[in-house]
Amino acid sequence: MATEGEKGQVKLLGATLSPFVVRVRIALALKGIDYEFIQESMHPKSELLVKSNPVHKKIPVLIHNGKPVCESMIIVQYIEEAWGNKAPNLMPEDPYDRAIARFWAAFVDDKLFPCLRGVFTGQGEQLQKAVEDSVTNFLLIEEALRTNHCFAGKAYFGGDQIGLIDIALGGLSAFIKGLEKATDSVLIDPEKMPLLSAWMDRFFKSDGVKEVMPDVAKQAEFISTRRASMISPPTAN
Amino acid sequence: MKGSGEEGQVKLLGASISPFVARVRIALALKGIHYQFVEENLQNKSELLLQSNPIHKKIPVLIHNGKPVCESMIIVQYIEEAWGNKAPNLMPKDPYDRAIARFWAAFVDDKLVPCLRGVFTSQGEQQEKAIQESVANFLILEEALRTNPCSSGKLYFGGDEIGFVDIALGGLSGFVKALQKAISSVLIDEEKMPLLSAWMDRFCEANGVKEVMPDPAKVLEFISAMRVKFTSPPAAK
Repeated sequence: MATEGEKGQVKLLGATLSPFVVRVRIALALKGIDYEFIQESMHPKSELLVKSNPVHKKIPVLIHNGKPVCESMIIVQYIEEAWGNKAPNLMPEDPYDRAIARFWAAFVDDKLFPCLRGVFTGQGEQLQKAVEDSVTNFLLIEEALRTNHCFAGKAYFGGDQIGLIDIALGGLSAFIKGLEKATDSVLIDPEKMPLLSAWMDRFFKSDGVKEVMPDVAKQAEFISTRRASMISPPTAN
Repeated sequence: MKGSGEEGQVKLLGASISPFVARVRIALALKGIHYQFVEENLQNKSELLLQSNPIHKKIPVLIHNGKPVCESMIIVQYIEEAWGNKAPNLMPKDPYDRAIARFWAAFVDDKLVPCLRGVFTSQGEQQEKAIQESVANFLILEEALRTNPCSSGKLYFGGDEIGFVDIALGGLSGFVKALQKAISSVLIDEEKMPLLSAWMDRFCEANGVKEVMPDPAKVLEFISAMRVKFTSPPAAK
């Protein structure tokens, strides 16, 4: 089963500025997997996207030998398992370390990202609260980097190499920096979060990441445009 | 590493009425793993709980040889991997089937559970909307049971035996049944959802499940008491 991944056709339905798509592109790049990237406009959604992800109709969708996999971190775990023989390993070996990796990836998705979405869509007081909540969650991650024996003193959450948590959080890097620019706020303060700040700079420069990470200026511009369309009536969704 | 699961001390911090705790108890029962169950008073959380799950302060928490694992479906995957040599397998072997299993478990947590929570905590128009959305999500699960190659024509989402998705959804059974009673409304209509309905009955009767499912009377009592709080002025959160 593991070698089957090495043959076969890989398509990725996505959009270059989507942080969730970036996660998948990083995993594919790290594993050295060739794929066809299909830029989805999302308005309207393509026939292929709707067919491949009928439940959520969202990107990214990985289509491997015609079979679709949905949800970014599920796709990343699939890439790890379907190409299990290809280095590097994106997940640790030990079951406990794997549970910790999944825990923090889930934290990014369930706790951090909703706050970032609040920054993206928020104005005035709502925006301020969303920024504060995001910072609170980033501080928890900073603390984990400092004290959790799995991560402390290492280059990445995954240790010496990029792993699941790095991809989950790092995939959002351009989006986070773009948000900071577009809303004129500070989410990752290098003074308050020295480890996280250093980790993000390191992540941006890493092989496999720098080639697929969106340009921060472009990301900020996209966010600003979307934010402007949200405040002027009729409000876009 | 795989052998170390078989020795060692296992504690589960939980509450017997919690559907998330039920998920973990089912996985432990299916694997035949002995553990100490510590009933938490959620109005007065123990030092051990706060220490073991400082981020979320929630149950369930599995403590294996002193090391805590949090988040119910992450715990279930941990149980599967740490006791990897113990039958039955809770996850399929094939990477694609595993991705599908993770997809549907995530659907339950990300789409269905928030709707059920909405039904639980609201009233009037808000509750009506939450009921409609819950039913819509159950219908999607009915469709999945009918058409998904892993489950189509089989006893469980996982095939012939209880698997990951069965645990994710089935763990909620006690809560769903009690909720239907408390609101006098049907969420899983036998006529509209024949497969899901039959599956739930079968699941609740299964070995490993029936012994750990919460006492229906206690769950109903809990839901009713909480609803009084949620729906009386001044509006409780």
